[in-house]
Amino acid sequence: MTTSTSKYKYITCDPELCIGCQLCEYICSYTKTGEYNTYRSRIRTIRAEEILITAVACRTCENAPCVIACTRDALTQDPETGIIHVNADRCDGCAWCIEACDFGAISINPETKLAEICDQCEDLEDGPQCVKWCPKDALELTTPDQRAQRARRKLAKEDVLGM
Amino acid sequence: MYGYSGKILHIDLNTRKTWVEAKPESWYQLYIGGVSMAARLLWENIEVGCDPLSPGNPICIANGIFAGTPVPVGGKYGMASKSPLTGFIGDSLSGSWFSVALKRTGWDGLVIHGASDKWITIFIDDERVQFRDAKKLMGLGTYATEEAIREELGDDQVRSATIGPAGENGVLFANVTNDGRQAGRTGHGAVWASKKIKAISVRGTKGVVVADPDTLMQMSFDISETSQGPYTVKYRMLGTATNVLNMNKLGLLPTRNYQEGTFEDAELVSGEYLEEHYKVKKIACAQCPIACEQMSAAPDGPYKGAMTGIEYECLFANGPNLGINDLRAVIKIIHTCDQGGMDAMSSGVTVSWVMETFERGIFTKEDFKCAKYPEGFEPNFGNAEAAVTLMEMIRDREGIGDLLSRGTRRASAIVDAERGTETYKWAMNSKGLENPGYDARGLKTFAVGLAVGTRGGCHNRTAAYDPDIQGEVDRFSIDDTRGRVAASTEEYAAVYDTLPLCKFIRRCFTGKADRAGAWPTIAKLINATTGWNFGYDDVELIGIRAHTIKKAFNIREGWKRADDDLPYRWKHDPMTKGASAGHVVTDEELEYLKDLYYAAKGWTNEGLIPKAKLIELGMDDVAEAIGV
Repeated sequence: MTTSTSKYKYITCDPELCIGCQLCEYICSYTKTGEYNTYRSRIRTIRAEEILITAVACRTCENAPCVIACTRDALTQDPETGIIHVNADRCDGCAWCIEACDFGAISINPETKLAEICDQCEDLEDGPQCVKWCPKDALELTTPDQRAQRARRKLAKEDVLGM
Repeated sequence: MYGYSGKILHIDLNTRKTWVEAKPESWYQLYIGGVSMAARLLWENIEVGCDPLSPGNPICIANGIFAGTPVPVGGKYGMASKSPLTGFIGDSLSGSWFSVALKRTGWDGLVIHGASDKWITIFIDDERVQFRDAKKLMGLGTYATEEAIREELGDDQVRSATIGPAGENGVLFANVTNDGRQAGRTGHGAVWASKKIKAISVRGTKGVVVADPDTLMQMSFDISETSQGPYTVKYRMLGTATNVLNMNKLGLLPTRNYQEGTFEDAELVSGEYLEEHYKVKKIACAQCPIACEQMSAAPDGPYKGAMTGIEYECLFANGPNLGINDLRAVIKIIHTCDQGGMDAMSSGVTVSWVMETFERGIFTKEDFKCAKYPEGFEPNFGNAEAAVTLMEMIRDREGIGDLLSRGTRRASAIVDAERGTETYKWAMNSKGLENPGYDARGLKTFAVGLAVGTRGGCHNRTAAYDPDIQGEVDRFSIDDTRGRVAASTEEYAAVYDTLPLCKFIRRCFTGKADRAGAWPTIAKLINATTGWNFGYDDVELIGIRAHTIKKAFNIREGWKRADDDLPYRWKHDPMTKGASAGHVVTDEELEYLKDLYYAAKGWTNEGLIPKAKLIELGMDDVAEAIGV
């Protein structure tokens, strides 16, 4: 699994559990835009192979490449949470941030032409709505410790069981 | 208008021109979406008596009322054309991402007229329409075609409905496939091929605007939660393959071309065995929290690496029905059908016909020569390699595959005319459509449901096996209630096929698969989406109208009472083993059941629809055309 070097929380998806239903995209677009438009979701469901399905959202990289790449200083990273904020007054939709993102986690709003990035629903009390809605509990807002523990377990399984 | 754009997109392949047809809200209130709206679009856009494979047969696609909203299992669309397999209406449903993406383009439906002179794909990019050369895609399987288009257009939000090699070659039961789901059964793939359409791709970027998004969101959340409970456990855990052992116990599991209803190795092809040995992943359609698709793979043996989704109908048709007891071979057969883009039910039941015909000595090894086996082969029941090879031959229309690519009705008629045989006696179709995996000899209410089906023998359009199997009626005898029961289950199914909502959600409203629990909730979902004021009776009428427009289409194409029929075997040959042994549906019984059914529908004894009945349903122009 490709991981970012983030010391922050971000939303992870367990591909073993994900069924590709896209309900995360519905709730995300509804929460962020007030309409049902999975094209505008900040989390993306991906079916890379027939049985390889997962969802991807911003990985809150440290020294985030998207922030560095932005020529207009429209992107800033919250030093506490790692969440990337987009300054609508400065962003001109040039898409350099999309180029820079290793995870394909940034998109341009086709109407406003502004960059859109997952903000973990930081302004909502009950947190990321996709996590709340996921019918299979495949999505989680994970800490670096949780991710590290999972990586260790996965490694152990691979080494010991060859799985 | 909420929930709809009010616009149907017409595309003419002869002239490469497109135009927009605006429909009034009253039209949507009558036909809603899915199979009903698709059938209505077909009614409006075809000339009577049109050859199904001619440019005059339009492809009509109608999206769902809930597609693109969070309503669980509402991401489905309907497709209708005149069926090259039956000559009557071909109406199918498919689910998933194609439907959702189409909704976001802002088109409620598509009507594709004419035919292209070279192979193309149609790319609907919001309001723009592009015709793209399909040369590089020719010969690719269904999934590979979708991937190749996504790769070329550089956006994984582009969703495509495609045909596979079977469609390109004109197999009459070829499917249209999107996202691993099929608009199956009645040969849409052959219709697409007649227009030289390899794929239709869509990218939609617009939001779906509904009347009351907060209510719809909350209701969707609640239904989604319920759907993780006991009411869908069958679909989530084993999928419909769980039926194998149940049907076997009831003596209804078609075995060796419906010669018997029990299979000695049922355990080895059961849903339980599949789960334990071959299941690799459960997958959902877009907008569905249930995830019924049981992706299964062969881990070893000659078909190692073959992978596909397994459900009961394809499993019965290509397992017990072919006498095959190795699920790895069944996976390979269904994989060949799915990637080739042809209906695995019709394929299986056609191959079982040829196996029986071979075992009776009418065909010999010589008849099965092909590139892979130049000397021919012997397709006895249980010969898995023969079945796999026959699927490839049908897909490619190679050798005897050309005959089989026309389905059991035509294939048996051709053989019988040439050789003076009576192979039609084991050609297991109704109206030319191969029958499903519930033996009608032990399900008398279902028997009439299959006989009267507007698209032929189909378990999706009639749910009359339910009262038979649940014991609400005696499944071996008939009485004067059966016409009403059959009509009622058909109208019930038509509501789901029209919205469409996947029927697997049907118990999530009150725990029972009935109207009383579901219709009030469905009315609320419709009202929150559209701002209408639908009640229980309006929901009921959705199904009645849906069924009526399909029936009206068939009548206009020359349907007669005699077309409502069952295969010879079900009327004459009783099974010798199992819990349904000794029964047939006699001609007298069938005719009596049809009398009851037409009467329950309020039709004439000849099965025609009175003008007044159609006017009552708000279908005045239909009354004018075919009412009596």
